Amino acid sequence: MSTSDQQPAPTRLAMPELLIGIGLLACAGAVAWQTLVIPVSPLYSKVGPTVFPYLTMTGMIVLSLLLIVAALRGGWQPQEEKDTPTDWKAMGIVVAGLVANLVLIHPLGFTAASVVMFVLICYAFGSRHTLRDALTGLVLALAAYFGFARALGVNIGAGFIENQLNTVIDAIIATLRG
Amino acid sequence: METLGHLAHGFSVAFSPMNLLWCLIGTTLGTAIGVLPGLGPALTIALLLPITYQVAPEASFILFAGIYYGAMYGGSTTSILLNTPGESATIVTALEGNKMARSGRGGAALATSAIGSFVAGTIGTLGVAFLAPVVVKFALAFGPAEYFSLMVLAFITVSAVLGSSSVRGLTSLFIGFVIGMIGVDLQTGQPRFTFGTNELLDGVDVIIAAVGLFAVGETLYMASRRYAGKDEIVPLKGSLYMTAAEWGRSWKAWLRGAAIGFPIGAMPAGGAEIPTFLSYAIEKKLSKHKEEFGTVGAIEGVAGPEAANNASAAGVLVPMLTLGLPTSATAAIMLSAFQSYGINPGPLLLTTQADLVWGLIASLFIANVILVILNLPLIGLWVRLLKIPAPQLYAGILVFATVGTYGISQSPIDLVILYLLGAAGFLMRRFDFPTAPVIIGMILGPLAETQFRRAMTISNGDWSVFYTHKLSLVLLILAFIGLAGPHIWAFIEHRRRRGPEHVPGDA
Repeated sequence: MSTSDQQPAPTRLAMPELLIGIGLLACAGAVAWQTLVIPVSPLYSKVGPTVFPYLTMTGMIVLSLLLIVAALRGGWQPQEEKDTPTDWKAMGIVVAGLVANLVLIHPLGFTAASVVMFVLICYAFGSRHTLRDALTGLVLALAAYFGFARALGVNIGAGFIENQLNTVIDAIIATLRG
Repeated sequence: METLGHLAHGFSVAFSPMNLLWCLIGTTLGTAIGVLPGLGPALTIALLLPITYQVAPEASFILFAGIYYGAMYGGSTTSILLNTPGESATIVTALEGNKMARSGRGGAALATSAIGSFVAGTIGTLGVAFLAPVVVKFALAFGPAEYFSLMVLAFITVSAVLGSSSVRGLTSLFIGFVIGMIGVDLQTGQPRFTFGTNELLDGVDVIIAAVGLFAVGETLYMASRRYAGKDEIVPLKGSLYMTAAEWGRSWKAWLRGAAIGFPIGAMPAGGAEIPTFLSYAIEKKLSKHKEEFGTVGAIEGVAGPEAANNASAAGVLVPMLTLGLPTSATAAIMLSAFQSYGINPGPLLLTTQADLVWGLIASLFIANVILVILNLPLIGLWVRLLKIPAPQLYAGILVFATVGTYGISQSPIDLVILYLLGAAGFLMRRFDFPTAPVIIGMILGPLAETQFRRAMTISNGDWSVFYTHKLSLVLLILAFIGLAGPHIWAFIEHRRRRGPEHVPGDA
């Protein structure tokens, strides 16, 4: 309790926290808009599908106002977080990897898209062995595809690589069965 | 002793060769993901949810429970050797455990945490077996109003009482409510929060929410913090066997930890933070070796909290199985697995699904035995897992995240939602919002809404049902105390501390 005895630091507006509070208020606004467009049948006028959304919206408005007040009083981020500079470049490369996966998964299939994502994320985290990462990614993606997806019966996007391998596997199984 | 008969039947279910195999797979996988930083049981079980379409309920719950218990064992290894608590429940283990490892007693720390986990896990599982039928008798008297009030109490405790800030915890919970309401309202068939799109009519899958928050958000956060200091693995030195003195100092701490952990876990509040911190404080107070705390590491400070952690993890299963009330993210995801089988956990579960429930409880005893074997003689194997470099680890996590998400419906829209939730998860991590309440709110919110509307329909739209029913009123008062109590307490303390000179008339 030693901090509370000291003279309180001059209150300073904390910008990131203020944006979080305003963002939550905007979310509450979106909830209100989406609740207004829920068609309510008069039969359910007592406790229809809109009662809970309105309660949620009210809660969100109150909470966002409390967050904004906290932000105006200097925010709540621990000092350690503030002192650590954000590595925007690394984050940007991770985001690029995610976007690449999203764009490529349909045309190229899961394995190829995963390899691209794998290499980019490794690069973002500081790995410079791109070829080795690509091979690791390929092995892992194939293991995920054949071990996880086929075993669980999950159908994930097959592309060129998967189709070739599926044909080979089916051929082997057919040969084994004689 | 009805329970013993049920347990015997449960063991006959759990001892089938296939179920033993599922238990072995679950515990091994659980230990591995517990050891690996960045992966937790909630994320793993979410990724494995599609298995519910393939195998019988008994098999998948034995697998999930193995992962759940295994992650507790594995998490302590990481805390002790790497000083990076994988989850809030193992923060305390890292305090003394890492100190012990640094002073060359890592082996004893790992041994006391594994054996302590076994002792407390077994006591906790016995607690589940004997307490669950008692809670069921009590819960049968619950009507919709009582259920709703009980859920309100759980909402308050999981988001506002635990954690560093009640405002941020509740914010997470409300975000979860909104995500949970997306899709067709089951009672009236009206679409809600779909923004006019067809893709959102089915709602947001819990897999996408868990993977987005826990995998994508975590990866973005770790990438953003590359400038923060790195933790070093302390090489494992010393024998894994504890000396007689260490046994003597450990066993009482295990029993005390279990006695603290199980009841707190079994309350509809859940959470492993409070029991672990409480156990740590008690061990520190009772210890004859106070000088070892915070310096070379005291074995009681590892034994007690580890036991409390595992006993409370077992306790969490009581409200989950008997009331359908999950109080942790992992339990919430297990609840959605029940829903995927069309089973509603609640007071009737123990009679209607006796094979499932007692088979699950019996498999928890077996899981504990397997885990203590996996984690002591084979510890070297798990230490090797810690050496997987971060770039490949996080890249690999995202490959599996894609499998789990894209596999649901092969829709790129799901990936877009995943990444949006990942961005939200990053912001939450960065600005100290807890993520577990989002998952709990998303799963439990719609259930609370159903009970609320049921209660209101029975009462003909009269809100007074929630406070004229005695039990419901008590639960709501407890929730209010949970929310307002700490603030009132702080206010009183503040005034007392400031002294009478500020409020002269008050003295």
